[in-house]
Amino acid sequence: MTESVVRPTPASPTPPGGHLLEVRDLHVEFRTGEGVAKVINGVSYHLDPGETLAVLGESGSGKSVTAQAIMGILDTPPAVIRSGQIRYRGRDLLTLPEEQRRQVRGKEIAIIFQDALSALNPVFPVGWQIGETLRHRDGMSRADARRRTVELMDLVRIPGAAGRLGDHPHQFSGGMRQRVMIAMALALNPKVLIADEPTTALDVTVQAQIMDLLADLRRDLDMAMILITHDLGVVAGVADRIAVMYAGRIVEHADVRALYRAPAHPYTKGLLASIPRLDVRGRELSTIRGLPPNLMRIPTGCPFHPRCPYARQVCVDVVPDDLVLADGRTSACHFAQEVHDDRAR
Amino acid sequence: MTAPASPAKVRGETILAVDDLVKHFPITRGVLLQRQVGAVRAVDGVSFALHRGETLGIVGESGCGKSTLARLLMRLETPTSGRATLEGRDLLSASGGELRRLRRNMQMVMQDPYTSLNPRMTVGDIIGEPFDIHPDAAPKGSKRGRVQELLDVVGLNPEHVNRYPHQFSGGQRQRIGIARALALRPEVIVCDEPVSALDVSIQAQVINLLEQLQDEFGLSYVFIAHDLSVVRHISDRVAVMYLGRIVEIGTEEEIYERATHPYTQALLSAVPVPDPDARDDAGIIRLTGDVPSPADPPSGCHFRTRCWKAEDICAREDPPTVPRPADPHPSACHFAALRDPPGGV
Repeated sequence: MTESVVRPTPASPTPPGGHLLEVRDLHVEFRTGEGVAKVINGVSYHLDPGETLAVLGESGSGKSVTAQAIMGILDTPPAVIRSGQIRYRGRDLLTLPEEQRRQVRGKEIAIIFQDALSALNPVFPVGWQIGETLRHRDGMSRADARRRTVELMDLVRIPGAAGRLGDHPHQFSGGMRQRVMIAMALALNPKVLIADEPTTALDVTVQAQIMDLLADLRRDLDMAMILITHDLGVVAGVADRIAVMYAGRIVEHADVRALYRAPAHPYTKGLLASIPRLDVRGRELSTIRGLPPNLMRIPTGCPFHPRCPYARQVCVDVVPDDLVLADGRTSACHFAQEVHDDRAR
Repeated sequence: MTAPASPAKVRGETILAVDDLVKHFPITRGVLLQRQVGAVRAVDGVSFALHRGETLGIVGESGCGKSTLARLLMRLETPTSGRATLEGRDLLSASGGELRRLRRNMQMVMQDPYTSLNPRMTVGDIIGEPFDIHPDAAPKGSKRGRVQELLDVVGLNPEHVNRYPHQFSGGQRQRIGIARALALRPEVIVCDEPVSALDVSIQAQVINLLEQLQDEFGLSYVFIAHDLSVVRHISDRVAVMYLGRIVEIGTEEEIYERATHPYTQALLSAVPVPDPDARDDAGIIRLTGDVPSPADPPSGCHFRTRCWKAEDICAREDPPTVPRPADPHPSACHFAALRDPPGGV
């Protein structure tokens, strides 16, 4: 691999047939009464068959908005996609007519959300809700849809599936509801599963069950997965690659192990240092000073510079490019190599 | 800030003692003639002591009763039975002026910084309101000056005294909540999930603030949270709750290094470690099933339905939370034992 191939995505050159899913230089803004919020400012990432990409960021970083743009479920207005492409198997989803877009949604790319209770319809039985997709999209008969629904509920390990078809969402626990939503997402055999904070609302013992289930399903059904989360702990267990977002940009994109061993962006470094860890005892937690930026007034130059311990004048003046480091990762920092080599926390 | 005038405050003596506290919420049937058909046993016999100057962490999953416990301590709920004393004075039977005096000494920081601040009040009014309720504790000179001093103490700009909550970020609002809790110079602060709603980079700032205020004012904290890493970081002692009971209690080291209760061991093993190189997936104890309903808890040991060690005695006899041969800290398990070397199962 030559260093001159600057495709800002680490660890994998573009395969001959192109990537399975690729987001290219996406720009999204929200136009509200108070002004224009620049929510996504040039996001690029890709996904190949069978892999898990984690997209990590805090609230307002744009991680969920990117996913909604991929699914075509952004509320427009207020959202406006200014520019960019979302290519699935070589076709740009953003230019497809709605009718063809709908064929992709659910059948090729499916999504599960954080809050299963509000994502499910409270007045219909879960069996009916899972089966609805099969009847309408696959044209199955009622009996076939019912049979397949039980299969799906078994697949996501809901005990006694056949007996629970008639139960309503409120009769399930939080973990079981999340399983129902996963069953629904899997109904049409998607190739890509987007999991948007799938375990954030769950207790830690249930969280472990759901993450295991997702990892097994991804492998058994040969899907690719985008895991959107704010939790650095969850990511470490399941992802192959990780893209860290800040103020609508990917600031670092690396192989998971490489990133945890030595982050090459000051924001990633700050995040890793600021989480209390069960296995490491320390006195005072190091913090990232200041607050995330107001997306209506993103700072000049590098958006992280007001909070960054490495910041110099160039950071105020010049927006950093994605620098490619020796191990193939990218970091949007003028001093990426210095940050990477600086082991002092 | 001067220390409250009272004799001999000995660090380490018991300041808050809770003995066999019970809260059952009745389940009723019928509209006009309501009759009780059962009870949700939210808190089912909890005992602990909080020492002066320490932080007692209370961990448990949703529904274990930890928030109800906080509300009982603040007398926001009336307990079904049990005793609690604050500095030797009865907390649960106090009323009127006596209750007001006790509450002055014990304040609360709530989880959600968005709903726990009145949007129509300025920050100055919010932080100053305790002085209206407790005129005898109000500053002699200007109330505004004291409020600005409090803003400064929690790291906010004293100039912002006339702003409204919506003009602050989540982390800043939590600081406002902390300033309000500090206004009356209490000795005990009950923190109910104070950092759960905050982003990782902001969470560390608030944890550090709480620790710094504790050192400065000699505060004692009851720190309720579901995040085991945060609790380990901030706590001197930790109590683990399951279905309304404390199943294990000890120093931070006893709980995190030498847990003898199977539930604690499972809970700790399920916490995702934010480091792909340090993860030990073989050491994870995977609990099956969900937490039983607190309206119908299992007989004997509440955890037995999910426990891999359960035998007949567990269904018959309720194990008391007492010191066990395996380790001298109290644990509510008939078969309390240190964990096998992790991964060696």
